[in-house]
Formats: sequence, C-alpha cells, structure tokens
Amino acid sequence: MLTKALLGAALLGLTWGAAANPYEHRLANGMKVIVKEDRRAPVVVSQIWYRAGSMDEQNGTTGVAHVLEHMMFKGTPKVPAGQFSKIIAEAGGRENAFTNHDYTAYFQQLKTDKLPLAFRLEADRMENLVLTEQEFAKEIQVVMEERRMRTEDKPQALVYEQLNAAALNAHPYRHPVIGWMDDLENMRVEDARAWYQRWYAPNNATLVVVGDVRHEEVFKLAQTHFGPLKAHALPPRKPQQEAPQRGIRRVLVKAQAKLPYLALAYRVPVLGDVNQDSEPYALEILSGVLDGHAAARLNQALVRENRLATDVGTGYGAISRGPGLFLIEATPSEGKSVLELEQGIRQEIARVQREGVSSEELQRVKAQVVAAQVYQRDSMFYQAMLIGQMESAGLSWRDEKTILERLNAVTAEQVQAVAQKYLQDDGLTIATLDPQPMEAKHAAQKMTGGRHAH
Amino acid sequence: MLTKLTSSLLGGLAICLAGAAHAALPIQHWQTANGTQVYFVESRGLPLLDISVEFDAGARRDTPAQSGLASLTARTLSLGASSLTEETISRRLADAGAQLAASFEPDRAGMTLRTLSSERERSQSLDLLAKVLQQPDFPEAAIEREKARTIANLKEEDTQPGPIGEKAFYAALYGAHPYGLPGSGKVETLAELQRQDVAAFYRRHYVAETAVISLVGDISRAQAEAVAGQLSAGLPRAAAPLPALPGIAPPARGETLRIAHPASQSHILLGTPGMSRSDPDYFALYIGNHILGGGGFSSRLTEEVREKRGLAYSVYSYFLPLAQPGPFQIGLQTRQEQAQQALDIVRATLERFVAEGPTQDELRHAKQNIGGGFPLRIDSNKKILGYLSLIGFYRLPLNYLDEFVNKVEKVTLAEVKDAFKRRIDPERMVTVIVGGDDQK
Repeated sequence: MLTKALLGAALLGLTWGAAANPYEHRLANGMKVIVKEDRRAPVVVSQIWYRAGSMDEQNGTTGVAHVLEHMMFKGTPKVPAGQFSKIIAEAGGRENAFTNHDYTAYFQQLKTDKLPLAFRLEADRMENLVLTEQEFAKEIQVVMEERRMRTEDKPQALVYEQLNAAALNAHPYRHPVIGWMDDLENMRVEDARAWYQRWYAPNNATLVVVGDVRHEEVFKLAQTHFGPLKAHALPPRKPQQEAPQRGIRRVLVKAQAKLPYLALAYRVPVLGDVNQDSEPYALEILSGVLDGHAAARLNQALVRENRLATDVGTGYGAISRGPGLFLIEATPSEGKSVLELEQGIRQEIARVQREGVSSEELQRVKAQVVAAQVYQRDSMFYQAMLIGQMESAGLSWRDEKTILERLNAVTAEQVQAVAQKYLQDDGLTIATLDPQPMEAKHAAQKMTGGRHAH
Repeated sequence: MLTKLTSSLLGGLAICLAGAAHAALPIQHWQTANGTQVYFVESRGLPLLDISVEFDAGARRDTPAQSGLASLTARTLSLGASSLTEETISRRLADAGAQLAASFEPDRAGMTLRTLSSERERSQSLDLLAKVLQQPDFPEAAIEREKARTIANLKEEDTQPGPIGEKAFYAALYGAHPYGLPGSGKVETLAELQRQDVAAFYRRHYVAETAVISLVGDISRAQAEAVAGQLSAGLPRAAAPLPALPGIAPPARGETLRIAHPASQSHILLGTPGMSRSDPDYFALYIGNHILGGGGFSSRLTEEVREKRGLAYSVYSYFLPLAQPGPFQIGLQTRQEQAQQALDIVRATLERFVAEGPTQDELRHAKQNIGGGFPLRIDSNKKILGYLSLIGFYRLPLNYLDEFVNKVEKVTLAEVKDAFKRRIDPERMVTVIVGGDDQK
C-alpha cells in the first residue's frame, strides 16, 4: 500500500563495512558498475537499473515503462521469447524485474560462477530486444490482469491511487506506475518500442553486483559484455516542479468494502544535497517517532489507547527523484468514523508541533537506525537494492556515511520544526474510502462431480 | 489466518523448501534439561542473532467452537508480561533495536526475535523474549482490543474475493478437520473468546516439552546453551499429551463451488489434500509440482495460461507439506468474462500432466534449477533460521538439507508420473470460483 520507506529502508538502512567496499567503475560508454564484495555465501546478485521509470512517461502512454519491463522477456534474435527465464532457471538462478516511479530494474540471483551468464543475457537485451505485435498483444492483457489484481479490485489501492492523483498536479508522480487502464487499453507495440529506443542504453544504466566476487573481475566481465554497447543521447528531462499547494484537498472513493480507510499526504521536501539539506533527515526521524515501533506515538495513542483505529502507519521516502509526500494511513475501528480518526491523527500531529519530542524518543529512533543498518546486511539482494535506489535518485552510494551521520545528528528541535512547517493543512491532501455494500449476495452454489462446471 | 499463511508459506516452505548437496550446514542440536529441542548454527559474519521459539500451538489446535483461539494467543503473548505493560515491552525492544514478532502457521506458533549480538542489546532483548514466553499476562484490555481488531478485519475479508475463496477452499478440502478452519477465526467464535480461554490455551500448548528453539548468529555454543536454557527454563510443563488429530481423507468426489462476487477478476482455486512432511512421495511430488506450476516462468501452467494466452498475471500450483497432508493448490485470477476459459485450460493442463507425466527434458531442467539454486536457499541467517525451525518442529534428520538435492537428483520420470497418478485425481478436485454471477 503506502510505501514504507522507513527506518531500515531506503534512507536509514545504510551500509558500512570495509572502507573501500563497494567499488565503482565507469565503462567508456557511460555505464556505471558498482560492486560490493560480500563473502558470506557462494552466491551473487546482479541488478541492472535503468534510470527510466513511470515519471519519465508522457500523457496517453502511462504504464509504458512497466509494460516494457514485461516485454524485456520476449526475446532477441539470439535468445527467443521465453528463453531468458529458462536459461537462468537451468543455471539454478532466480530472476525477475520491477518498475517504480524513478527506475526500471532487472535482477538475477545465482551461484557466483554463473554471473557471466547474467551479464551476457542482460547485455543482449539492452540492445537487441525484438518487439513483435503478437507478443505485445498477449502481454498487454497480462498487464491489464495485473492492474485488476493490484488496483481495480483492491479498495485501499484505489484510494492510494486517487490520493496521489489529487496531491500532485504537474509532476508525473500523480500517475500510477502501472498506468491508467484506458492508457493500457490503447497502448500499441510502437509505444513500447519508442520507450525502449529512448531509454535503454548503457549511459542510462547502472549495474549493481553484490556477492562473493572480486570487484576487478566483475569490472573486466562487465567490460567484455557491456563494453561493446553504444551510448546514445538521452532526451532532456524536464523538472515538472509542482506549484505551491494553496489549501487542503479532499477526495472520496467509493468501492465495495466493509471498513472505511483514510490516507493523508503532506507535501514535503526530499533529499537533494546530502550535506546542505537538513529537513529530510528530520522528517525521517519524525516518521520514526510517529510509527517506528509498536509503542510509537500513532499506534500507542490511536490503536492501543483511544481505539480509534485498527491500524495506522506512516510513510516517507527521502530518497526520490520527484516531489516528496509524507503519508499517514489508518483504518477506523468499528463504530468510529473517519472524521473522528482524522481528528485523532491531527491531535497527535498537533502534539508534536506544540510540545516537540522527548530525547528518549529521539534516542529510540536512532537506536533502530543503528540496528537496521546491521540487519540489512543479512540480505545481499537488499544491499544491492539500496545502492540502486540511491543511484537512481541521483545520489551516490558514497553518500551513505554522510546520511547516517546526519540522521544521528538530528535534534528534537529540528523534528518539531519540520512538523510545524510541513504538517499543516495548506499542503495536505486527504483521501477517504467510502465503503459500499456488496450488490450480489455471495452464497455458495455447490455442485458435485469434477466436471459439472463446464 | 490461512489466507495470509498461504502466501507466507508460498515464499517460505512450499517453494523454498529444499536442501543441500552442497557444503553441509553445521547444525548443532541438543536438548535442554526440561526437554526442549535446540538447533543452532554459529554464524560470525555479522553482529546479529536470530532466534525462534515454536510450539505445537498452531491453527491445528483450534476447535470449531473456539476457532481463532490459537491465533489470538500467539498475537497477545507480547502484549504484557511479568507485569510489564505492552508499552514498556515495545519501548525496551525498540531501545535495543530488536525486532520481536509472533509466528503463526497451521501446525506451529511462537515468537521470533532479531537482535544485535552485542552484550547489552542481546541481554535486554532476550530478557524480554523470556518474559513474554514464560510469564505472559494476557491483559483483559489487550485481549478485548485484539479481538475487536480481528473481528473488523474478518468482516473486511468477507467482502474481498481472495479471502472468500481461500476460506471456502480450505473448508471444502478439510471439512471438520482443524486445517479447514480459518486461522484467524470467525466473527462468531472470536466474540465468545475470553481471557481465561487464552490463558488456558497458553498453559496447555506453550510447554517446554514441545518447544523448539532455533538460533543462528554471532554467539558461541556455550552462549547458545545458556540462551536456550534461559528461554526454556520457565516455560509451563506439559500436563498431558495433546490429543491426536483426526485423519484426512481425500474427497470422495469432485466438487465445484461458485460464489458470486462483483469484482472485475474471478479468483479460481483448485485442489485436494496433498502431502505431509513425512510423505514417502515427497520428492516425486515436489519435483513434479515444480514442473507443473511451482517453477515460476518456466512451469507448464504459466506457459499455458499466461505466456501462450495472456489470461492471467499470476498462476501457480504448490504443495503445502504439513504434519498431516496440507493442500495441493492451483490458483489464478482472471477477468470474470474469461474465467471459464482459463479454468478449462488449467484443468486440461493438469489432466495431461497427470496422464502423461513430465518429459525427460522438463525433469532435467527442474533438477538443474533446484540443485543449482540450492546455495541461494541458505544465503542469509534469516533463511537458515527458517530451515532450523522446520527441521526441529517436524523432527527431520539433521542432514535433511545436505540430503535434499541428492534426493531430488534420484527421482525418476516414472516416480513422478506414478506419484501424481496415485495422489492427484483431476476428477476429484475441489474447485472454488469467486466472481461473476453464481448462476453461470
């Protein structure tokens, strides 16, 4: 639902480790290669991150970044449709891909000695993808099924989609990553082709490798497979900055459900300059004070004490290419209205604004920051994710140390100050789910005999 | 609840359930003074420690009249203990940077803890884990609140096609057997549960004799022994053995349930009781399913339903091996209007697979994937902990992981075909279709 980019996630879960690790190298064609050596198991994860996500799309073709992600498995002259997955599977590997607002990424997890296979296949489809009418016609149906599954039939997902669309006017973050259904229905193979030609190039890609490898060898291997690929000019990227919001916005969503649901989005800054900025760090800590653990303010007050909510959570990701939103979502308890719950949330926000946070609370959040950076090192995949996300957002993995130091230096006054400055009505959008009763009764009709259903 | 469990198990046991041929995992095993089994892997790479403590206290210990009691007990263990309030417990855990969570599955339940291995943090979080396991207070107010939250969630689930389908599927497969009950309970049964029911369930099931403690991380054997002793010492003792559960018989006839729902997609589930953890056909069925619908993009179901026809985003099959035969399930979601077409294709694919078995090529491919991918299954402390608790609870041999790939390698084409023929009868599947009009 709401992105939980919290403690331990995008911003706070940072790596330490040996000073020299990770290692970075840039190929002559502009492709960046980042290697983090981790010898805890004889395996490796390879991720290739294209700096092209849904925020680079244009009206009428929303969802094309994600559609292309699907089409990337549909073959090249050397590796026909379906073979990519089969080859990786036969090597004992796992592979998949994911698309977000900021990027599209592809990954393989393999025994270390199979890494060349992943590079060969990724290099091939970076340049030689074949997009046919026939494969596209089937795959766009799959994507529409995915949208039905993730969004159309999920009342809270519909609310989140509407929240985003209402909170932002100009920036493409207002569109869902999977795209609007009508755009999917009208998408053509040419749209996917144009997207591929525009953004898939070594100079728009970062290769991240984490595992039981030697960085020099990985750099060499990357040169062998990706080195021959040609760079090409990338289209200009327009800032598409949001104009200031001039008052509270409200949106209501009706869908079949039992419980109402409430989501708040405050417009906030994200991290641009890791040394100069201070507010994003304070916002991360604020999110931890409100929702970093079971006895954090919102859960303690609204779920445990007042029983206004059955669930409550916050979300804020400081690492982002586009505009920031500080999210709060909650489900009212039976017999409580969304209005009562909204007031309860506002009271807790007002309390931070009025009284600030205690040094004990601040220390508690920071203790979790420290622990999270140890825990995240148990997963190679996650370590690679963090590097890829930082790089996609225009930061560097080298900023990790600074970010960690800055988080640990956040003061109670800074937390109170960002709460006062940003958690206020003029920058607020509220989306509410108005649950509708089911139309059809769902009494089961039973038939015996395996084949009666035909 | 079984709905949620299924998805977690999908990622966990059913699919990643596998083992080794590879470097043996050095598992140490012993028993504490009061009979608790302990499994330990020393792992010094990172300054952290993962622990799970599990009991024979999963959903299978529920009764129809008190459905949801096992889950409520697991969820409320940490909401007050040894006179510490839930707030104090949560704060102290957070102060140590520790993560404590209840685990709950059809057969087993307990707690998992992740903590830093440094002395101060470790002792603070272990002290809390011990209190929660040994002296839970089950405060009246917390019980009432968790009941209300669960009831609200159940009412919400009753409007959503996924959970509606899962519950109908499990009920149809297992009838009166507790595997057929929804793990989170039902609105009617939860409403009746009292604090004393929870406390009694705890005393009866969270006992030293059935406990399994698993530890992975940055401590020595001597430290692990001390930790296990500390965690086990104050647990309740078993007054009497728990009752045997009824047997599970495959349905005598196939059955199709159609449940009307206005959602844009129909949710389709097919299945039958499948295999247990100790099943003699375990490896043949495991590999066969990998080829049929467990092996991701290269499985037959994905090929027929998604790749060839674009009918669904997700289509899968799995066996959920439990103490008794857990479900064999095929599932997919597809646009209402084409639900029948998708169902026909799934059935034809299953029938053909059972009739003809896989090809030699498919078998080789599956073995390569399972064998070659083995190191990925134990590449983190968290994954290793999952296997330790599995081996411990189901009393699998200590070399279970080491032998897994060998056993997979030995499975023949004839064995897969024979096992599916005997165990999976396409004519006797339970089919649940949630979506569309129930008259269709």
